[in-house]
Amino acid sequence: MNEFEEMDFEKKKYIVFQLHDEEFAIPVSQVQGLEKLLKITRVPGAAPEVKGVINLRGVITPVIDLKICLDLPVSEFTESTRIILVNVNNSEVGLLVDDASDVLDIDMKNIEPSPDVIGGKEVAYVDGVYSIDKRLLLLLNLNRALNVDPVQ
Amino acid sequence: MDVNQYLELFLEESREHLQNINEQLLLFEKNTDDLGIINEIFRSAHTLKGMAASMSFEDLTNLTHKMENVLDAIRNQKVKADTSLIDVILEAVDHMEEMITDISTGGQGSCDVSDVVDKLLKIEAGESPASISNSKPLETSASPKNDAVKLLDESPFEDYEGEVIKQGLQQGNSLYQIQVKLVSSCVLKAVRVYMIFEAIEEHGEVIKSLPPAQDLEEEKFDTEFTLYLLTKSGKDALLERLNKISEIEEIKITKIDLIADKKSEKVVVEAAAEAVAVSAPPEMPVQEVKTVEQSSPLSTAQSTPPKSKEATEKAISKPPASKTIRVNIDRLDVLMNLFEELVVDRGRLEQIANELNHVELNETVERMSRTTGDLQNIILNMRMVPIETVFNRFPRMVRQLAKDLGKKIELKLVGAETELDRTVIDEIGDPLVHLLRNAADHGLESPEERQKIGKNPIGTITLRAYHSGNHVFIEVEDDGHGLSREKILKKAVSNGVLSEKNAAGLTDKQVYQLIFASGFSTAEKVSDVSGRGVGLDVVTNTINSLGGSISIDSELGKGSIFSVQLPLTLSIISVMLVELGSGRFAIPLSSVIETAIIKRTDMLNAHSQKVIDFRGKIVPLLFLKDIFEIEDTKENKDFYSVILVRKGEKIAGLVVDSFIGQQEIVLKSLGDYLQNIFAISGSTILGDGEVALIIDCNALIK
Repeated sequence: MNEFEEMDFEKKKYIVFQLHDEEFAIPVSQVQGLEKLLKITRVPGAAPEVKGVINLRGVITPVIDLKICLDLPVSEFTESTRIILVNVNNSEVGLLVDDASDVLDIDMKNIEPSPDVIGGKEVAYVDGVYSIDKRLLLLLNLNRALNVDPVQ
Repeated sequence: MDVNQYLELFLEESREHLQNINEQLLLFEKNTDDLGIINEIFRSAHTLKGMAASMSFEDLTNLTHKMENVLDAIRNQKVKADTSLIDVILEAVDHMEEMITDISTGGQGSCDVSDVVDKLLKIEAGESPASISNSKPLETSASPKNDAVKLLDESPFEDYEGEVIKQGLQQGNSLYQIQVKLVSSCVLKAVRVYMIFEAIEEHGEVIKSLPPAQDLEEEKFDTEFTLYLLTKSGKDALLERLNKISEIEEIKITKIDLIADKKSEKVVVEAAAEAVAVSAPPEMPVQEVKTVEQSSPLSTAQSTPPKSKEATEKAISKPPASKTIRVNIDRLDVLMNLFEELVVDRGRLEQIANELNHVELNETVERMSRTTGDLQNIILNMRMVPIETVFNRFPRMVRQLAKDLGKKIELKLVGAETELDRTVIDEIGDPLVHLLRNAADHGLESPEERQKIGKNPIGTITLRAYHSGNHVFIEVEDDGHGLSREKILKKAVSNGVLSEKNAAGLTDKQVYQLIFASGFSTAEKVSDVSGRGVGLDVVTNTINSLGGSISIDSELGKGSIFSVQLPLTLSIISVMLVELGSGRFAIPLSSVIETAIIKRTDMLNAHSQKVIDFRGKIVPLLFLKDIFEIEDTKENKDFYSVILVRKGEKIAGLVVDSFIGQQEIVLKSLGDYLQNIFAISGSTILGDGEVALIIDCNALIK
């Protein structure tokens, strides 16, 4: 991030990714990296959303299927499936997403509260929505989505 | 020359001496007639004082000196040693520890010790008025003579130095003045000084140097300096040793007689000339003041430079002291981390070599494997520390506990030399403190109670450590009243830890295990020491996090044994790799007994449990594919691959798809996000970069 943008604190960079047919965004500050799909080792007995663990350059990192967290229909892995590495509560976790396409500057002023229309389990995890060029981005609250935030 | 280099050494050694003093004091308390112990304490205190003085930590020197005076009074049986006196000395030792800590954090070791100094002085004065004059008159009586004699230059010994000398002489040492003159062309004077110091410290103790040691190290002197040495060796031995050091122009060794005047308890520095008049034979001054002259070119020619180093090394190896260097632990950790990377790469290389099947590559990889194997042993051994380092603080603690609780406790330490990985050593201290406190408070009865039921009023707590297989066992055993099954069950039910229905079916061991649940304490009253319900659950957590387990054996009225089982090392383990479906799992070899192929027809049913008859024993079979919910198993119709594993006495057979082989792996944690996964204790990275999970057999066998 260069100094200019940091001065302009009204704008923040977000990573945009796809889950099923919806677009989500999380702040770049939470993201540690982006990886292509690696061989995932299943961990028996772990929570259903935990797909397993990967060897990320010598560090064992758990991988979580966000679609299960958000109650979205689960699909097979494809060529475009990516693992977004995020830092949650000081531990690194990989998030399985269908595609990670974009980095966008999001103007904080234009964020609207999430409309009730979305409904479902999803709504609890969305901090707000942001629309740009006929696209609707749902701003995801990671801590709540991954159920690590004590305040439900 | 870096002064800090000495500081490290000073701190390490000071701690060792303090520890020794602590231990010996406790021994002495049990046996106040044994003056040998006091001598031992005295020696440690004395060395400590000498070191502190040469590092110019005044406060520490002073306090040690005061303590030494008291010790001396005890030694000369002027003061009767009792518990309160030992308390004061222990207090003084505590202060010294504080000072050392202060010095280690960059301070000057200053600390308010007036209170304990007062006490020390009082003991000294109260019991033996004569000895209090010890510290002062020395200087006054010594200095005028010094002036007259000039032998000691214009530097009279400080009073504490006089004291040191007095003690030294009493122990059969002689005091030598060593005057050294380096050749003027000497470039690294500090190095020479260091070599000289090292050489003569093999023989004795340097009491004083002129100029002070620090100035010598910083080369703040011309070419000459003077040392005072207390030694049992003769002058010739000293000379011989010093002659091996090159670049010395002249060495003068002079014996100095200090006569201790017993009546007035004063140390009088006598000149050699005067000594003649008193007792020594007339030719003594001439003989003793022997001067060795060396012409510098000659001496260097005699002991040619390359050889001189050898000579030094030879001379150093003469005393039986073990050759050790102190290495910062962080460096060892870095080494370990690097080595772990190497082990992962080695696995990868082995796999590639197998695939390529190239003869020379195979040979090289095999040799590399062997070398890294040896390397691993060495690195792991380097990190092994005797558990003594943890144990040795306990006698002191138990003594205090006994006082606080009004109980009489004897602590026995067994197997303190047992070695453990440093990471384990660092963590095991606190759990053991908890267990000891628990044994002292809950385990042992009060002396009156013990007498009533016909036990020895002095309770015994035994702390035992030993190796067994790939594990280390640490046991805390007490001969107190043991655990009461009924009491624990009652408490567990009332606390909601357990329902009454379940209570009946539990074995004794399971019941005992309940006291590890958090919020559990059977002590009727909460004491200062324990009983607040925290503690034992902390103990279990710590031990579990170290990959260990804890169990209790107890007999009502006889006592209990808390037994902690810990892995020898935490980072690299040998495992049996197995295949299950498309995944691979690792089973620690420490729990594997053997592998077997079992015919389907040999499998029996006992109730709903599948079992096999294995070497005359009925062993239950656990199907890992069911436990781990693995769907795509390539099950063989007629045969099962079974790994027999054990947990303590119990044996179980784990059914897997196939065996892959034995391998050394680096243990990696699954991270914070994935905690408490059933029967999985960690993970590892295999040669091809894939992750394999490590099966926790202890969790599988109930």
